[in-house]
Amino acid sequence: MLDSIFGWFANHMPYGSPSFTAVAALAKCVFFVLLFTMPLAGILTWMERRQSAMMQDRVGPTRANIGRFTLWGIPHFVADALKMIFKEDFVPPKASKLLFALAPMLAVAPVLIASAIIPFGAPLCYGQMTQVVPSGACVSPIELQVARLDAGLLFYFAIASLAVFGAALAGWASHNKWALMGGMRASSQMMSYEVTMGMAIMAMFLAYGTLEPGAMVNAQGDWPWQWGIVGIPQAIAFVLFLTAAIAESKRTPFDIPEGESEIIGYFVEYSGMRFGMFYLGEFIEIITSSALIVTVFFGGWRFPGAEFLAAHVWNVGFVLISLGVWSLKVFLFCAFQLLIRWSLPRLRADQLLRLGWQRLLPISIANVVLAAGWLLLRR
Amino acid sequence: MATTVKTVSRPGGFRRQTYLVAIVEGLWVTFRHLMKNWIGNLFGRRARTDIATLSYPEEKKAYPQRNRGLHRLMKREDGEVRCVACMMCPTVCPAHCITIVPEEAPNGAIEKRPRIFEIDELRCVVCGLCVEACPCDAIRMDTRIHAAPTLRRADAILDKAALLSLGDKSVATQGGVGPFWREKTKA
Repeated sequence: MLDSIFGWFANHMPYGSPSFTAVAALAKCVFFVLLFTMPLAGILTWMERRQSAMMQDRVGPTRANIGRFTLWGIPHFVADALKMIFKEDFVPPKASKLLFALAPMLAVAPVLIASAIIPFGAPLCYGQMTQVVPSGACVSPIELQVARLDAGLLFYFAIASLAVFGAALAGWASHNKWALMGGMRASSQMMSYEVTMGMAIMAMFLAYGTLEPGAMVNAQGDWPWQWGIVGIPQAIAFVLFLTAAIAESKRTPFDIPEGESEIIGYFVEYSGMRFGMFYLGEFIEIITSSALIVTVFFGGWRFPGAEFLAAHVWNVGFVLISLGVWSLKVFLFCAFQLLIRWSLPRLRADQLLRLGWQRLLPISIANVVLAAGWLLLRR
Repeated sequence: MATTVKTVSRPGGFRRQTYLVAIVEGLWVTFRHLMKNWIGNLFGRRARTDIATLSYPEEKKAYPQRNRGLHRLMKREDGEVRCVACMMCPTVCPAHCITIVPEEAPNGAIEKRPRIFEIDELRCVVCGLCVEACPCDAIRMDTRIHAAPTLRRADAILDKAALLSLGDKSVATQGGVGPFWREKTKA
């Protein structure tokens, strides 16, 4: 049954043909966006409330249900989405209509596009899916990565930094002073931390000698001590990168663009699903940054015993397991980011910029030097 | 007015200034709570977690011992209302929620009885002064029944029949025997 399906594909779409490339790319996009990122982002909206409740000795949302099944309240994200879709779509009379409509899209689209470079599983061996394929014996691999670019992480930074336009334009287009302040804060914050983010990852570029995330995963081993984070400069780079990534997603303790107790933030005038886009964009950003951290520092889809498993189970099964392991790692990092968000208080705007420019940036530059020296010594 | 600058000393030391140790400590505290509550909740052992939430309609908090609740009118041994329409309770009521219209009692031994006895439970402030004022142990506030929400205001006004339906037979001597009537009815 399985063989005949795979055989049909192998006959009609030979490896490397245009139809094969198109279908494979589409399938990867659909899997990554519709079956992983979007559902996880939805679940994170529920999880954020439930986890924060548990951290604060509360119960959190548990009431939404499908018939008699409450599933610990997981259907809440469906209820939230329905609510946001049916709410009044209010546009301030003096707002710039075009930019007002454009901003939420600019908040979501870049993050999704940037995540295209992330490898999310072991390569699938086309034509050998129902065979046992030990690592290295794959004839025609489909890399589970939407876009395999040599520029890799540079592409990620280039696209992800466009997300600042979403916040800045929302603040500008709303014709509201608070929103404008939020947009200004967002742009200054995201610019500052992008520098640190890039410098922090520079140490990893040196360590791997490549910018391509797929190659980075391949350079790491199955066991935790073979992962990217092992090493002093790498560990420092991890802390710096994590900090900058949280600042980049504009969440507590770096949520001054939002600052709900002072200015409501750049999306103060947004309602309904337009607000939902900002909200969703924030969670997608958590997922994307977690996925990037897992890729660069924690071995991507690799897990202890992967090589042994690859030599003993069908390729398709192994790929599914690797997908599961990768998803679990990303999920754990998302949970960790939520933990940070609900534990630490918000920084003041000046503290935030001081931390970015006077603390993290010098440390990250020094770390690049340290990483270079480290590599030189280990050679 | 001249501007003065006050220099505030900040806690020093690498450990305090970097916050890193404090952040890890803080994360550990929240993580501990998360794990304790989550695991306890998952295995249905809410009581052993720190969760303070009460899921209201399913879980109800017991009312305190001295909770008053809805009024009730007590009955004499012959089943008649104990109230003699002396108007003490509407007089003392700070919320003016008691309406009594008296009539002559057919029984010669008692002069008056209430023809209408209504309490507006929406106006009642549940102070219990009517119970204190009553010389006949006719009105009590010990049902501990929470006033039910109603769709119309009129439904929240309890009439004589409704108040009597909550009531019991009181063995107190008409006119009152002092503060021990509660213990007497308990037996």
